Amino acid sequence: MNSFDLRRRLTNTLMTTLMVGAALAVITPLGIIFVHILKMGAGSLSWDFFTQIPKPTGESGGGMANGLAGSALMIGLASGFGLPVGILGAVYLNEFGSTRFATAIRFSADVLAGIPSIITGMVAYTLLVVPMKGFSALAGAVALALIMIPIVLRTTEEQLKMVPGTLREASLALGVPLWRTSLKVTLVSARSGIITGVLLSIARIAGETAPLLFTALGNQFWSKKMTEPMAAIPLQIFNFAISPYDDWHKLAWAGALVLVVIMFTLNLTARYFGSSRHQG
Amino acid sequence: MSDRVSVAMTDRRVIKGDTIFKGIILALASSIILILLIMIFEMVKESLPAIQKFGGRFLIGREWDAVQGEFGALDFLYGSVLSSLLAILLATPLSVGAALFITDIAPRKVGNFIAPVVELLAAIPSVIYGLWGVLVMAPWLQQSIQPWLVEHLGFLPFFQGAPYGVSMMAAVFILMIMIIPIITSITKEVLLAVPVSQKEAAYALGATRWEMVRLSLIPYARSGVLGAVILGLGRAIGETMAVTMVIGNTPQISLSLLAPGYTMPSVIANEFAETTSKLHASALMEVGLILLVVTLIINVMARLLIWSVTRGDTGARA
Repeated sequence: MNSFDLRRRLTNTLMTTLMVGAALAVITPLGIIFVHILKMGAGSLSWDFFTQIPKPTGESGGGMANGLAGSALMIGLASGFGLPVGILGAVYLNEFGSTRFATAIRFSADVLAGIPSIITGMVAYTLLVVPMKGFSALAGAVALALIMIPIVLRTTEEQLKMVPGTLREASLALGVPLWRTSLKVTLVSARSGIITGVLLSIARIAGETAPLLFTALGNQFWSKKMTEPMAAIPLQIFNFAISPYDDWHKLAWAGALVLVVIMFTLNLTARYFGSSRHQG
Repeated sequence: MSDRVSVAMTDRRVIKGDTIFKGIILALASSIILILLIMIFEMVKESLPAIQKFGGRFLIGREWDAVQGEFGALDFLYGSVLSSLLAILLATPLSVGAALFITDIAPRKVGNFIAPVVELLAAIPSVIYGLWGVLVMAPWLQQSIQPWLVEHLGFLPFFQGAPYGVSMMAAVFILMIMIIPIITSITKEVLLAVPVSQKEAAYALGATRWEMVRLSLIPYARSGVLGAVILGLGRAIGETMAVTMVIGNTPQISLSLLAPGYTMPSVIANEFAETTSKLHASALMEVGLILLVVTLIINVMARLLIWSVTRGDTGARA
């Protein structure tokens, strides 16, 4: 073997080693964080976490029941606002998608998805909190919906594109109006893909903290109305993590574990619906 | 006769139903452009008092005094730019290497395992990274890494001062860990979009694996990878919670990575809910506006680059 070939081989081995090293360097810290959340969370999690509200400082115990309820309520309301816009907007892009206007919509959605979520929170604050003269769960839900819409729109459109054109044409040829074809043929055929997009977007907003800081604000107690400040799991994790109290740190770890479990469940379910096995 | 009438009526109903349906979906789709415009408009409108009062001074001023009503954002700009750029510098080679490992080196089974794991980790909320950062990583940095740096590399301006744990360095590390999964998974998609024939051609000419990567993959995927990196930069500069929790929230411009700092999203997160005056709120809005403009530019650039490789397939998910 001449020296040129030897050098090529050595370079190849060196670069391959570097790439393997990069992969290890990527996986290791992420793995450490994950194991830490599992360990600390499991040590702090108890039945009280799901049934009680946070105790005042100095008292041990307590839970995040109000945060769980608050998160669920706000995510539900945000889905009510965001899903119709995202899914039916995607139907529009699928039916009339080749125009310049449609490209502008796609582009806006991608740009919206890249806007820092704290800015979404500021806008929801000026549009809702200021006129309504108070922090509210409603404003939080609107901020979350704004984050959800571009994600749902783009994933749904990708799924609708995969429905064979012949299926739609067959339906239209039978005299079924466009609106029924869209709702009963195209959307239904793509339903598992759409569920994937919906679940992923819910997973995303479930962990959002920044847009809730000046909208839902957080609440140490139960909220009675959507027009009041409301607790949410991510907000509670944030507030407890930066507090100086060990008991609150424990609650924050427990909250993190619950959030990660919810997140992974949603993501894995989404993957299941999105997998090729489930399609068709 | 009656048949014909009913057919005509159905036709009209069909047309009417379709018109209404088209109207509805058009309105919903258009609302996305409207939302973007409203967001930009509101941010500009609310920033106007601060823009009119301070003008260009806002960008170079270092005074941030809510009591005196004097606001300059340079310290936050510095913190945002420095933390994001350092994080990107550290994250890019690791992410690209890991993406190449997944697509071209690992046995398919290993790659098929690592890729979804990396994507799952990209889904972990930033507040959880922050929780780990402030309770585990910062104390660890304070006790082991930072004293070592002070002792051995303390002659450099970057590693001077007392080790606090919460610091610019902690922010850089946590940002790096957070953006790696994003850059890795987009780079992976871009690499997979390279036609197999390109790779086979290189191998057929007797190229080693690295030569194939250098000659076939990189030239083809370059703009897409650049897009992924810029998108990661956008994510890093807008990242709020994790950074707020570990950077120390002290407005200052220090060369030392051990010193605490402050970023644009952090000052908004800390002060916006409790502003003391209209001007204070407006100044924070202007910080938000700067952030918005920067991320808009970054995102438009990144999208165009990624779209040029994957032809619009990589949507808002990324």
